[in-house]
Amino acid sequence: MPRKKSTGSKGSGDAEVAIAEPIEGLPEGLTTGDLVESYTQMLLVRTMDERIWALNRQGKVPIAASCQGHEAAQLGSLLAAQKDGRCFLFPYYRDLGLKMAAGLTPTQVMLSFMGKEGEPYSNARQFPMQGADLDHNIIQISNVVGAGLTQAVGYALACRMQDDDTVVLTYFGDGASSQGEAHEAMNFAGVHRVPVIFICENNHYAISVPQHRQMATDDLASRAQGYGFPGFTVDGMDLIRCYEATREAITHARTQGPVLLEMQVERLMPHTTDDDHLRYRTQEELDAAHQRDPVSNFGAELIARGIITPENSDAIKAEALKAVNEATDAAESAPLPDPSTMWDRVYSE
Amino acid sequence: MAMILELPHVGESVVEGTIGKWLKQPGDTLTRFEPLVEVITDKVTMEVPSPIDGSLLKILAQEGETVPMGAPIAEIETADGSNGAALVPAAEPTPAPAAAGQPAPVGTTGYLVKNINPVGPTGGGVEAEQESPIPAQAQQQAPPPTDQSTAEAPGGASRPSPAVRRLAREHGVDLAQVSGTGLGGRITRDDLIRHVEAKSTPAETTAKPQPPRQPDAGADEQHVPLTPVRRMIADAMVRSVSQIPHAWSTIEVDVTGLVALRTQVRTAFEQREGVDLTYMPFAIKALAESLKEHPTVNASWGGDKIILKRRINVGIAVAAPYGLVVPVIHDADRLSIAGLATALRDLTQRARQNKLTIEDVQGGTFTLNNTGALGSTISYPIINHPQAAILTTEAIQKRAMVRDDAIAIRSMMNICMAFDHRINDGAESGAFLQAVKSRLESMGPDTPLY
Amino acid sequence: MAVKNVIEAVREALREEMQRDPKVFIMGEDVGQRGGVFLATQGLIDEFGESRVIDTPLAEASIMGIALGAAFRGMRPIPEVQFSDFIWPAMNQLIGETARACYGSNGVLQVPVVIRVPYGGGIRGGLFHSQNVESIFFHTPGLKVIAPATPYDIKGLLKSAIRDNSPVVFLEHKKTYRLVRGELPEGEYTIPIGQADVKRAGEHITIVSYGLMLHYCLEAAEAVAGEGIDVEVVDLRTLKPLDTETVLNSVKKTGKLLIVHEDNVTGGVGAEIAALVADEAFEYLDGPVRRLCGPDVPTMPFAQTLEDEYMPNTDKIVEALRRQAAY
Repeated sequence: MPRKKSTGSKGSGDAEVAIAEPIEGLPEGLTTGDLVESYTQMLLVRTMDERIWALNRQGKVPIAASCQGHEAAQLGSLLAAQKDGRCFLFPYYRDLGLKMAAGLTPTQVMLSFMGKEGEPYSNARQFPMQGADLDHNIIQISNVVGAGLTQAVGYALACRMQDDDTVVLTYFGDGASSQGEAHEAMNFAGVHRVPVIFICENNHYAISVPQHRQMATDDLASRAQGYGFPGFTVDGMDLIRCYEATREAITHARTQGPVLLEMQVERLMPHTTDDDHLRYRTQEELDAAHQRDPVSNFGAELIARGIITPENSDAIKAEALKAVNEATDAAESAPLPDPSTMWDRVYSE
Repeated sequence: MAMILELPHVGESVVEGTIGKWLKQPGDTLTRFEPLVEVITDKVTMEVPSPIDGSLLKILAQEGETVPMGAPIAEIETADGSNGAALVPAAEPTPAPAAAGQPAPVGTTGYLVKNINPVGPTGGGVEAEQESPIPAQAQQQAPPPTDQSTAEAPGGASRPSPAVRRLAREHGVDLAQVSGTGLGGRITRDDLIRHVEAKSTPAETTAKPQPPRQPDAGADEQHVPLTPVRRMIADAMVRSVSQIPHAWSTIEVDVTGLVALRTQVRTAFEQREGVDLTYMPFAIKALAESLKEHPTVNASWGGDKIILKRRINVGIAVAAPYGLVVPVIHDADRLSIAGLATALRDLTQRARQNKLTIEDVQGGTFTLNNTGALGSTISYPIINHPQAAILTTEAIQKRAMVRDDAIAIRSMMNICMAFDHRINDGAESGAFLQAVKSRLESMGPDTPLY
Repeated sequence: MAVKNVIEAVREALREEMQRDPKVFIMGEDVGQRGGVFLATQGLIDEFGESRVIDTPLAEASIMGIALGAAFRGMRPIPEVQFSDFIWPAMNQLIGETARACYGSNGVLQVPVVIRVPYGGGIRGGLFHSQNVESIFFHTPGLKVIAPATPYDIKGLLKSAIRDNSPVVFLEHKKTYRLVRGELPEGEYTIPIGQADVKRAGEHITIVSYGLMLHYCLEAAEAVAGEGIDVEVVDLRTLKPLDTETVLNSVKKTGKLLIVHEDNVTGGVGAEIAALVADEAFEYLDGPVRRLCGPDVPTMPFAQTLEDEYMPNTDKIVEALRRQAAY
C-alpha cells in the first residue's frame, strides 16, 4: 500500500512522492525513502556547488573546492554513519557534500564561503567550513592534508578509553595518502585496532599530479594489508554501494578494528577555483568523466526504477534552486565580522 | 531598470579578458546566475554569470574584443525594475594605458601594480604579463594602525635621548640652556645641533665654550613661537636649498590672445559652471602638455639615477590661513581647461577651509606658483623637494612691444622657472619654457575649454 | 632592460642555473607538468626533462628528506614547499637534520639545498595559505634565510642561493609574484647573500623592512615626503646572515628607527634588529625603536575585515612615521 510522504529536507520544501515498500537489491536498512532523500540532498549540494563557483567568477567568493563527482561517495557513506548514529567525522577540504548533508543549512554554507559573521565552523577565521562543527560531529582543522588522519586515530582511541563505542570516519584524497602521517596513522590504528574507517575519495588527481605519480600501485585499498586490516575498493559513483560498504565497515570497526575504503570517484571540476585543469587533463577525459556524473545518473536510476518521476525530479531541482537563491541573498546581506574580534580566542578561555 | 554589466575581477584573471562567445543575444531573457558570456583569460575560458533576472539589452563588447577588467561589456535590465541584490560590483577606475612611445625606465626597485588580483588564495598564475604598469600610489583603506609602541609622551622633564646626551657631551652644551621642540617639549637631536650651530663663531675656539646666552625678548624684539606648519616649511625650504643645485630662467610670454579669450568667455563660463575662470587653468594646461614633451622636467633626482614620473601631478601653491600648502591636481594632462578650473577651485577652497586630505597633497611631480597674483613680475622660486623644477606665473602687464617693426600694446606675462641643475641643463629647461610660452601664446578664441 | 614581474624573475633564475649546472634539479608538488601552482617552474620540464623537474607525492617531510639525501650524494636540489603553511611536516628534516648535517660531520657533509617557499598574506589565504614562517629559520643556526622583494633582487639572490654550499630557505612573498614589476638587466648577474639595500635615501627616520612590506614602506615614504619627513628605506633582502653594518649606519645617520614586517611581532626578525640597534647604536638614538608588524594572532584570518585589520599597509606605516617624526 503506497504511502505519501513529504520529502522535505533542509531547504527542499515539499515534493510529494509515492513510496513503494523496500525493494529487492537494496542493502539492509535502506529504503526507497532514503534514496529519494539522498537524491534531494545531492541536488541541493550540486546546486550549491555550482552557485559558489559562479559567485567566485563574480568576485564574491574568494575560494572554493568543488565536490562535483564525489557526491555519491560522500552522501552514501554519511548516510550509513547517520543511520548508525554513533559516528564521528574527520572530513577533508573537498567534502562540501558531506558537511552540508550532515545538517548545515544552505545559508550557513553560504555564510562560510562568503566569510561572514555567524559562519558555523570558525566564524570566518578559516577557509570555508574548516574548524569544527561539533553539533554534527565534525572536525577538520587544516588544509595540511594527511594531518587529519592521525587526529582521527587519536580521537577514536580516546573514545575507546572512555568505553564509548563511537566509530570515527576519516576522509582524505589520493594525494594525502602519500603523506607520511597517513602511513603513521594507519600503522598505529592497525597495531592498536582502533575503531576508525579510513575513507579515501580517490579521484586520481592531487591538483595536477596523477595517481601513477602519486603511488606505485593502482590498488590503493591493498595498502591496508600492510597495516594488518582489510581494505576494499568501492565504486564511488554509486551511492548505494558506498552506503553498503560503509555500513559494513562501521560494524567491523566497532568490533574488530580499522578498515580502509577506497571509493573511486571522478573529479569533474578543477582542484579549486584557482586551478585550470586543462593544463594537465584533456577535454576528452573530462567529457568521459562527466558521463559518469553521479547526480544525474542517480536521478536516472530512480526514475528507471519508478521510484520518482521526471516531474518529481524537476520539482526537487526547483526547490533546491530556490533554497540556494534564498541562501545567497541572506548571506550577501549578512554582516562581515567586526575587526575587533580578530583578537578573540587565540587561547582557550 | 537598465544597468551596465562590467567584466568582473575574478581570482585568476589578469587585467583583461577577451570575449569568447555571447551565450545570449539582445532581447533574450536572463536568469540570475545563468551563464551569460564566455570570457577567455590566459587560456582559461570562464563563464560569467548574469547577476540579475531580466533581459539583455545591448552588447557593448563584441566577440573577439579584448577589454580590461571593470570595462563595460553589456547593458542589462532587471525584470521587475528593482535593483538586483547581487549586482556585479563597480570596478575600480581602469587606468589608461601608458603613454605611447618609449616607456620610461622603471628602475630595479620596480613598483606595485594596481587593479589586478595578485594571486588567488590557493594559487593562480599567468604566462606573459601584458598589463599596463602603473606607478605606486598610496591608496589603501585606513584601518586604525596597530599600535606596537609603549607610551610616547615624554613630558618636559624627560630624560634626554642618548643622541642628545652624546652631542651635548661632545660640544659641552648645558642642556638646561637648550629649548626643545620635540614631543612634550623634549630636546631633539636637531634642537641640539641647531643650538650648537647657532652659538659657534669661527674665531672663538676657546678651551672652555661658554653656554650661549639667549637674548631676552625686550622692547626691541618680539619672539614668535613657531607653528608646526611653519617649522615644516622651514625644514623643507632648507632641505631643498641645501640639497638641490638651483638654476633660474625667465621668459616673457605674450598673453594678449589669452586675455582676450578669457574676457570673452568668463561670464558665460561662470554662469554655466559656477566657477570663476582665472588664468591658472590655462597655465596648467600649457604646463601639463609641455611636461609630457619634456619628461626630465617632471622628474626627481634619485642619487644614482634620474627618476622620471609617469603621471603629471601638478601642485598648486596656495596661501592657506595656516601657511603655504601645495595641493595637487593629479593627472592634470587629462583634464580640459574647464576641468582644471573646477579642480583648482575645489582644492583652493578646501585648502582655505583646512579640509585637504592626505591624497590631496601627495604625489605631486611639479609645482606651479601664481606669484603674479600678488603683483610680482619676476621671481626666483625654491623647488618643492624632491621635484625637478618649479614654475611661477607673474603679473600680466600691458607693455609696449615691438611687433613687425612697429610698436604694439600687448599683454605680457613673465614665467619664471627654477630647475635642479643635476637633472636638466639650460638647454632642456629653455626648451621647456619655450614650449610653455608657445602654448600660452597660441591660446585665443579657438581654444576649446572642454 | 626588460621589465618583468617577480614570478618571471624566479623562473629566469631557475632556468639559468639549471642550464649552467647539470647537478641542479627541482622537486616538489605540481612543479613539473603543471609548472607549479604559481607557474614558477613553467616550461622547465619541457627544457630539462622529468628527471630534473620532479612531480613528487604530496609529502613535505619526504620532499625535504629526499632532497637532503641527494645533496649528500653531490646533487644540488631545489625542493619547493608549495605554501609556507605546509612546511611544518618537514620541520624535523629541515631543522633537525638539514641545518645540522655540516656541523655534525665536522664539515665533511655539504648541503647545497635551496628550499623555495612561497609565503605571506593579503590574498584572502586564511590561516593556511598566508603564513610568515621566516622567524623560526632565522633563529636556527646552520640555515641561511633570504626574502627579496623585487624582481631584480629575487633573481640575483636565487642564483646566489643555488650556488651556495649551505642550505638556504628562500622565501618568495606570493603577493609580490604578479603585483611587483621591475627591471631585469640583460646578461649574467648575481647579488651577494647577506647584503641589504638602501632603496630610498633619507635623513629623518630609518625604516628597515623586507618582502611585500618593503613596497608599502616606499609608498609611505613618498606620502610623508611632502610633510617634511624624509625617510630612508632599508630593504634587508637577506635575513640571515643579517647585514648589520647597513642597518647600523642608517640608524646612526637618522637617529630614529621603525621596523616593518608582516610576520607576528613577538619574536620576529624585527625584535632581533631592535636588540641589535639598542646594543650597537645606542648613543645615536634620538627616539625609541618601534616595530609595526603583524599582530600576535594566528596568521591570518580569512574574512576581508579581519585580514585588513591584520595586515600592515601604507596608511598604517604613514601614521607610524608621523609618530616617529613627532617624537
